[in-house]
Amino acid sequence: MNLLFDPVGVSHYLVVGAILFTTGLVCMVVKRNALGVLMGIELVLNGANVNFVAFGSPVLRGEQASILGLDGQLIALFVILLAAAEAAVALAITLNFYNNYSTVDVDRADDLKG
Amino acid sequence: MEVQSDLGATLATLLGLAWLIPLGSFAAILFFGPKMGPHGRNAAWVATSAIGASFALSLIALGTWMVSHPPAAVEHASAQHQSAQPDDHSPWSPPRDGGSVSATFARFAADASAGESHAAGESRHGHSAHATGGDAPTKPAYSGDWYSLYSSPTLVLSIGWYIDSLTVLLFVMVTFIATCTHVYAVGYMQNELHDITDHEVTLASGGHLHRPGRYPRFFQGLSLFCFSMLGIVIAGNLAMVFVFWELVGICSWFLIGFSFERTSASTAANKAFIVNRVGDVGLLIGLMALWGSLGTLHFGNTVTVHADGQQVVRPGLFSLVRPGEHGHALQVPDGMVVAAASDRVASIAAGNSAEEAAAEVAAEVPEWRAMGMGSWLLVVAGLGIFCGCMGKSAQVPLHVWLPDAMEGPTPVSALVHSATMVAAGVYLTGRCSPLFTPDVLMVIAYVGAITLLLAATIALVCTDIKRVLAYSTVSQLGYMMLALGVGGWVAGLFHLVTHAFFKSLLFLCSGSVIHACHTNDMRRMGGLLKKMPYTGWTMLVGCLAIIGAGVPFVIGFSGSYSKDSILAQALVFQRINPSHAVLWYAAAGGTALTAFSMFRLWFMTFVGEPRDEHVAEHVHESPAVMTVPLVVLSVMAVIAGWSLGPLGVATLLEQARPLGTADGLTGGGLLTAAVTVPAEAASHAEDIHFLVTVTAFATAAAGVLLAAAFYAWRLVNPAAIAALLRPAHTFLEHGWYFDEICDWMFVKPTYGIAALASANDRRIIDPIVHFFAWASRQLAAGDAWMDRVVVDGLVNVLASATWATGLRLRAIQTGHLRQYVMFIVVGTVAIFLLASIMFGTMVAGP
Repeated sequence: MNLLFDPVGVSHYLVVGAILFTTGLVCMVVKRNALGVLMGIELVLNGANVNFVAFGSPVLRGEQASILGLDGQLIALFVILLAAAEAAVALAITLNFYNNYSTVDVDRADDLKG
Repeated sequence: MEVQSDLGATLATLLGLAWLIPLGSFAAILFFGPKMGPHGRNAAWVATSAIGASFALSLIALGTWMVSHPPAAVEHASAQHQSAQPDDHSPWSPPRDGGSVSATFARFAADASAGESHAAGESRHGHSAHATGGDAPTKPAYSGDWYSLYSSPTLVLSIGWYIDSLTVLLFVMVTFIATCTHVYAVGYMQNELHDITDHEVTLASGGHLHRPGRYPRFFQGLSLFCFSMLGIVIAGNLAMVFVFWELVGICSWFLIGFSFERTSASTAANKAFIVNRVGDVGLLIGLMALWGSLGTLHFGNTVTVHADGQQVVRPGLFSLVRPGEHGHALQVPDGMVVAAASDRVASIAAGNSAEEAAAEVAAEVPEWRAMGMGSWLLVVAGLGIFCGCMGKSAQVPLHVWLPDAMEGPTPVSALVHSATMVAAGVYLTGRCSPLFTPDVLMVIAYVGAITLLLAATIALVCTDIKRVLAYSTVSQLGYMMLALGVGGWVAGLFHLVTHAFFKSLLFLCSGSVIHACHTNDMRRMGGLLKKMPYTGWTMLVGCLAIIGAGVPFVIGFSGSYSKDSILAQALVFQRINPSHAVLWYAAAGGTALTAFSMFRLWFMTFVGEPRDEHVAEHVHESPAVMTVPLVVLSVMAVIAGWSLGPLGVATLLEQARPLGTADGLTGGGLLTAAVTVPAEAASHAEDIHFLVTVTAFATAAAGVLLAAAFYAWRLVNPAAIAALLRPAHTFLEHGWYFDEICDWMFVKPTYGIAALASANDRRIIDPIVHFFAWASRQLAAGDAWMDRVVVDGLVNVLASATWATGLRLRAIQTGHLRQYVMFIVVGTVAIFLLASIMFGTMVAGP
């Protein structure tokens, strides 16, 4: 099979999701700025969300999708909700960290070093 | 009770109150004594008024009794018994042909079955008095229970009463003497109101004991003593008697050991208590023999009325042993026969149903009884009860406590020696007389005779004034026991009553002398009559009463009546049983000894020149509170034996005579050859009376004259005689070496056993215990090493390994967030790769 010539299907969405996920992961690992890390997290979450939506779409999967019904979409919504909550908490932590250390460099946050 | 007559109830209430009032006084003084006035001074009046009230109630009871049961003239009543005497019903009655024991038993066996048929009819008219059908004589007596502690078919434990004229009379006697003693003690114990320095107690520091006075405590003890004694007298069953018997014992312990800091006093108290305990073991055995075989300890019949109106009569001891349908002749009760024939009963029960077996046993009982089965049980019961009485009434060989009991304050001695302690033994012997077989009566008579002679001889040489009196008490108690043993039931108890009056008088007099002289030693007294006229003359009255002085055939002191009747009974006994003549000679000889020792006491104390000027200087008459009781008692000592027409102590006692004992008794065989105990009426015969009166007067006069020759006229020097008879004198001075023998026989071996036991403890037991202790220590040490090295070591190794691991692992805990994410990524990828290698299909996919 060749992705470039096939009509758009689940696989294409999966490729986009995988690229998003990997980009987010790399971003989390390489960024020293806490906000960058948070952005990476969002990318990872959304990469996963693309997968959920693609698998749950009746357009893309036809009869097979009806086995799951709206589950994919619902989980995607749930993840968005979770991401919002997570962002709020994480931003609060970051703000606090900044108040204490006057920086958002995550490498400086090593108080719990063994 | 059907005949829960008004009189019985009235008497029970009166005497019950008289009995309980001293208990109330005891409780009051116990709780509030020290608060009763300065130093508890008013406790004396609480106790005295309590016993006075008891005396008043007892007098009312006596009056009630006299009105409803006017005493008959004794001579005629007895004569009738005498004429009715040939009574074939009684197994142990005096046979006219002098028949053998087996013959009497056989004769009884024939009657027994005839008597069974009466039994059913008997129970219908249940009776508190021993009223029985037929022509059998009756005796006015009332019994009942106030309170039942426990009740079962085989045992009723209850607080009850048994009231006959003996009970009433003893109540009057005890409360009267106790009242006099209380009043006297108010004066005598005066020094206990202040702090006391006891010169007889030397402390370790070398000084003398200084202690606060114990005035209330003394009266507290006296009250409890009176309560206990009255409890014995009123008791309706032997279990209750035993309880109060022990209470009397503990009271005597309290009071004899009143000055318990003195070694002599505490030893004497212990001695009295322990010696009594020896007798009480016998009493317990007797009670067990009775209860185990008869299932009751009540004196009189008990009648219970059921809800349906049916009366159930439980026969008491007296009607079991002397059933009315046999003319109250002594017989072995069915229960004892069955108990003795238990193997035969078992063999009958083995082959039959319960009802058949019971019927067959009942049919066999007369035959077994004729074979003599169970009579030993009756003998054991009798001997056991008498053994208890020997302890309380100081009979040889248990008399040793009484002389030492002198350590108590004199009022206590007076009470112990007359009305309470020693009277209890004679009373119980009298009360249980109907249970005694001829064997037992012989033992009683011989113990009494030995006691009276032995004590009278010791009294000859004593120099302690109270000790002389103590031994004379023992001697007089011997007389009483002798009388009870030879069939003189009235004589013995008559002497108990009269003796109580003059012996308490003598003791109170001696207390007055001691109070004045501050010494007990007669060798330092003399010539006190002028300085102490009341004491001296009243004591002379007491001495005359105890020796039985009087004008022969006309009039005499109380003692002469009672002692003459004892001698008369002994003489009749000697006439019928010539082989036992020694009893009569002992009684007659004892009179002379008593007379000598009592007048030796009086002459040494009151007549002649003072032997010790130092003592005589300070002598003064005692205060009125002490002399008034002396005068009152001396009046009683004179008149207690008199009878006004039919009114007198002897006729009153005759009313209380246990049914069946008027006829005398024949039998024996278990312990002695067959003897005949004569009816007491025989001793009233004219020739006997004459002989006895002359003998008694002559022996007593000889004793008095001899004493006068020695100590008043001083014709003979007593010291010379003593030197002449040195061995005998020493022998008597040591009281026939009874204490030494006891010491050698019981105390020394006890010490020996104790020493052995102690050596055993130290040589054998201790090393074993020490070895185990040492072994335990070693084991513990090993255990501790194990703990420290092995267990602790393991735990420490584990801990240090964990510690080291932690130290190693902390290196990867860098705290770098990005590094952690890398680990997660790498880890996830690694797991993914691992999984794809192991489960290749999942990744390869179609």
